[in-house]
Amino acid sequence: MWDNIKDFASEFFVTGDPLIYGADVAIVLTVVAIVSALTYFKKWKWLWREWLTTVDHKRIGIMYVIASLLMLFRGGVDALLMRTQLAMPELDFLEPEHYNAIFTTHGVIMILFMAMPLMFGLFNLVVPLQIGARDVAYPFLNSVSFWLFFMGAMLFNMSFVIGGSPDAGWLSYPPLSETMFSPGPGQDFYIWGIQISGIGSLMTGINFIVTILKMRAPGMRLMKMPMFTWSTLSSCLTIILAFPILTVTLALLFIDRYLGAHFFTLDGGGNPMMYINLIWMWGHPEVYIVVLPAFGIFSEIVATFSKKRLFGYKSMVFALMSISFFSFFTWAHHFFTMGSGANVNAFFAVTTMLIAIPTGVKVFNWLFTMYRGRLSFPTPMMWTIAFIPCFVVGGMTGVLLSVAPADFQFHNSYFLIAHFHQVLIGGVAFGFFAGLYYWWPKVFGFTLHEGIGKWAFWFWNIGFYVCFMPQYVLGLMGMTRRMNTYGWDRGWWELNLTSTIGGFLMGIGFLFQVWQILHSIKFFKKAPADPWNGRTLEWTIPSPAPLYNFATLPRVSERDPFWEEKQRREKGILPPPPPPLEPIHMPRNSGVPFVMSAFWFVAGFGFVEHWTWMAIAGLVGVAASMMVHSFNYNTDYYIPVDEIKRTEAAAAKGAV
Amino acid sequence: MAHANHTSSAAHGHGHDDGHHDPEALRMMGFWIFLITDCILFGTLFATFAVLHGSTAGGPTPSELFEMGGVIAETFILLTSSFTSGLAVLSMNRGDRKGLIGWLAVTALLGAAFIGLEVTEFVKLVDEGAAISTSAFWSAFFTLVGTHGLHVSLGLVWMISIMLQLRKRGITPVTRRKVGIVSLYWHFLDVVWIFVFTIVYLMEVM
Repeated sequence: MWDNIKDFASEFFVTGDPLIYGADVAIVLTVVAIVSALTYFKKWKWLWREWLTTVDHKRIGIMYVIASLLMLFRGGVDALLMRTQLAMPELDFLEPEHYNAIFTTHGVIMILFMAMPLMFGLFNLVVPLQIGARDVAYPFLNSVSFWLFFMGAMLFNMSFVIGGSPDAGWLSYPPLSETMFSPGPGQDFYIWGIQISGIGSLMTGINFIVTILKMRAPGMRLMKMPMFTWSTLSSCLTIILAFPILTVTLALLFIDRYLGAHFFTLDGGGNPMMYINLIWMWGHPEVYIVVLPAFGIFSEIVATFSKKRLFGYKSMVFALMSISFFSFFTWAHHFFTMGSGANVNAFFAVTTMLIAIPTGVKVFNWLFTMYRGRLSFPTPMMWTIAFIPCFVVGGMTGVLLSVAPADFQFHNSYFLIAHFHQVLIGGVAFGFFAGLYYWWPKVFGFTLHEGIGKWAFWFWNIGFYVCFMPQYVLGLMGMTRRMNTYGWDRGWWELNLTSTIGGFLMGIGFLFQVWQILHSIKFFKKAPADPWNGRTLEWTIPSPAPLYNFATLPRVSERDPFWEEKQRREKGILPPPPPPLEPIHMPRNSGVPFVMSAFWFVAGFGFVEHWTWMAIAGLVGVAASMMVHSFNYNTDYYIPVDEIKRTEAAAAKGAV
Repeated sequence: MAHANHTSSAAHGHGHDDGHHDPEALRMMGFWIFLITDCILFGTLFATFAVLHGSTAGGPTPSELFEMGGVIAETFILLTSSFTSGLAVLSMNRGDRKGLIGWLAVTALLGAAFIGLEVTEFVKLVDEGAAISTSAFWSAFFTLVGTHGLHVSLGLVWMISIMLQLRKRGITPVTRRKVGIVSLYWHFLDVVWIFVFTIVYLMEVM
């Protein structure tokens, strides 16, 4: 009996690596600490009522942000482990297998479990407020989306202590990812972790498209929407067209592994290259999905801190939309070396270069917005300023990569690694940081310490260039991606060591950000409703926004409505008094999304471990949860006028 | 705190008193968008099928095994069920709850008959040596046709749950929207089946 348990455990858990034992201990300690803190402070009910069952877009947004910052930590630790291994030639810090697992999880986590949820967090926190809505179109579905993402992320992260991490690269190319070469459960963790959270992403896409198209404040025509809302719309349109392809691709890979099918196998007529086509038909739009909202954030910030209207509003909208469109016609540039022939490569090279045009338009729009503006440089603006040159260089190296014949040299080298980190860190991460800093006071109701924020900024920025500029050179010197070690005779070690130092500088930048948040919580400084002299509707309501967002719905007749109103006030023209309050229609909280997603987790785990009984039990649970929701007709309530009055009065008193 | 030009939306004739658009209309629109995503899902499966359609790896080929009689029967059954789901919606628009539930029941029965025939066909194919693991062609075939079958099966469960809700609550704006959505879904599956019938069956045997 005991031996059986031991056998099972040694297969079930990952054993033999001291780093992983360390992680085991850390996980157990953290779980114990959280459970005992919740019990000691009697917070279980609070957690369930206020957070786990909430359908409030602001709270869901906060949960997305917290989860994605935790994932940023894990992905960052993965990165630093890799950089440590590569700091000097011939190091034995990480085993080759462990190195493979780490570059795989680093990529998956940073794109799918860090960038995506941070983006969804910002959508949730900002879009309804910007368009003058009281919630998203489907608050219940919004909660489902979050919990699906969360459970998917947990399933994926579990793999490194249970069963073994996936180690076939962040996109899991077959035939390496097929059962023949990856027999362990790691690949199945990959498939189900992404599949479950991917369904959530798809639902979020639908939710925000309908929210933006149907729930804008009266008078806010499409061409009067704030630019972040436009970027959300373009990103969500891309999501709904791209994510079903991912769902199918992963499902086919899983059918190969689970039922022995032959979609991508080497035998039985399978075609591994088809997987690579399919995954990039999703994968390339995916990078635009995460970067488009960053463009929207920069547009908001540049206008606010230049105290000017955004230059070239229409061209900006056109640029966003054309990037969404062209993103679907560039996928093959990820494998020019596949041998599709000169004509195919030429087509995809040209479409890729075309994307540089709308991107260039945007850069000039931001520059012209700043031109002759009354500029100020708080942290959100600093990140924006740092983004522009960084993204321009990253974009230019992208154009170099898009030249198909030259790509035969760059392909899979560190030149490519440096390129996409430059656009993803310099574009996406800087953008989302800027957005977090910008909307933080609105979301949490307190301001962040600017001084510590500036330290974080400089560590991140200097660290970034120290880390990635050497990698361009290393790539040209012939260093390929995913190599776990190299010899002294290569002449690569100085640049690699420099790059590692840069990586750790960014790590210190992250620690400064954590310190900044903790410090600002401790020395709580209440944020005013309009801390930045903002231009759009979210700054008209108290910080943090009340449950119902807007006591009376705003009416909009121009772009930057709040700014224009403030200008008129200065001239002594007062807005008409707000209409009388009316009871506000609100959705009720629901435990179904959490429970249903937990059942998805169970089903996913069953599929991963090939325990069919468990998978079936999980799916039955999912179906039952959906039925419970479908038969429940008591899903909404009204906030009475008295309560709105009390809330507004309290907010007005607090705001000074 | 500062107020932008706050005005009640109702005063301007936009939306309802609570400032929201009709929630049922919003849900209907969301479902249309969901159908777009489902279109892409099937499109990807069709593309996969097209790429792999000659890859039988020396094993059984579709023209040897397909029996069109059953497939044509399936097609007519599914097309008829689309018609009866239309009749259900017409009954609903007349306010005839009994007719609505009745026609939904007929639709569900026809759907169940379709699934029954499809399962029989699959079992027979596997018997004759064409399983999902036989070759890339059969992998693509079972996955594409099976995904459609899974959609129909989910639609059946969904339809039954709506019939129960209709019996309990009658025709309300909420149940009206639910019937509208499920019938939209049903017509969509019919359209997908036309493509399955043409591309998977007809083009393989002709």
